[in-house]
Amino acid sequence: MHQDWIWGLVGGLMIGAGAGLFLLVNGRIMGASGIIGGLVDGSGRETVSERVAFLGGLIAVPPLLVPLYTTVDTHMTSSVWVIVAAGLMVGLGTRIANGCTSGHGVCGISRFSLRGIVATAFYLLGGALVLVIFRHFLGVI
Amino acid sequence: MRNFFAFLSGGLFGAGLLVAGMVDTKKVQGWLDVFGDWDPTLAFVMGGAVSVMFFVWIFAKRRETSMLGSPMPGPFPRLVDRNLVLGSLLFGAGWGLAGLCPGPAMGSLSFNGWEGWLFLIAMGVGMALAPRAKAWLSVLDRSTLEVPPCENGTKETPATSATRGA
Repeated sequence: MHQDWIWGLVGGLMIGAGAGLFLLVNGRIMGASGIIGGLVDGSGRETVSERVAFLGGLIAVPPLLVPLYTTVDTHMTSSVWVIVAAGLMVGLGTRIANGCTSGHGVCGISRFSLRGIVATAFYLLGGALVLVIFRHFLGVI
Repeated sequence: MRNFFAFLSGGLFGAGLLVAGMVDTKKVQGWLDVFGDWDPTLAFVMGGAVSVMFFVWIFAKRRETSMLGSPMPGPFPRLVDRNLVLGSLLFGAGWGLAGLCPGPAMGSLSFNGWEGWLFLIAMGVGMALAPRAKAWLSVLDRSTLEVPPCENGTKETPATSATRGA
């Protein structure tokens, strides 16, 4: 448990490297919600292949590394209503706010973007409030 | 070539998420759960990623085009508006509820069971509904906040606008 932060830092550096590569080589912002969202609502019609290639890497590479670990437990909830509600909120929210943890967080904060910082403050607030209400008061998650 | 580097970037992103433990919803919820068994890992992940990107931006801002010749992104919107705040709050709430955001949802798709797929489908539906939600929000805006527009764009004397109003 106490070495989790080291792996967190290492993983974070890798995430930054991925975002840096995408920015310097392809000239794109690495925002997961924007890359997926552009495919869903058709706004990224001209860059479909690039988006699909990025998502291909994102989906295909992690399972190659899974065998290196004894167990990879995602602790994913099995409650259908929680999954559906959470998925809808994440999809709607990220597209209304035009970014998520990777776009506003990683790419925005690092260039001191006020929008990125404000967005991060509010999604952290939203998440913390939900944990307080649904875990500590209602005990459902 | 673009697709190759896009695949590589996505792969690095996904590998980083796995190494950092961010595919584990318990760690993400642990970070958000400030009144519970708080887990600071996410701060290290964010710190690592942001510090790399800080240096990348120094180079990126000097460039006119990317290494493959396409224009660099920007100029970026600067306005902190209601959509940014409301959307982020809603996203954060969903993030806390399941412990998944779009990146890890994709990265863990192959080993996250039917639950991961259900989340992805729901997220896609939410994304597809977002343009409508935004249109609805802007209608709300117009009816409450905006000053009635001046017709024809011509300068009106107070007398003519008064008669029109009557």
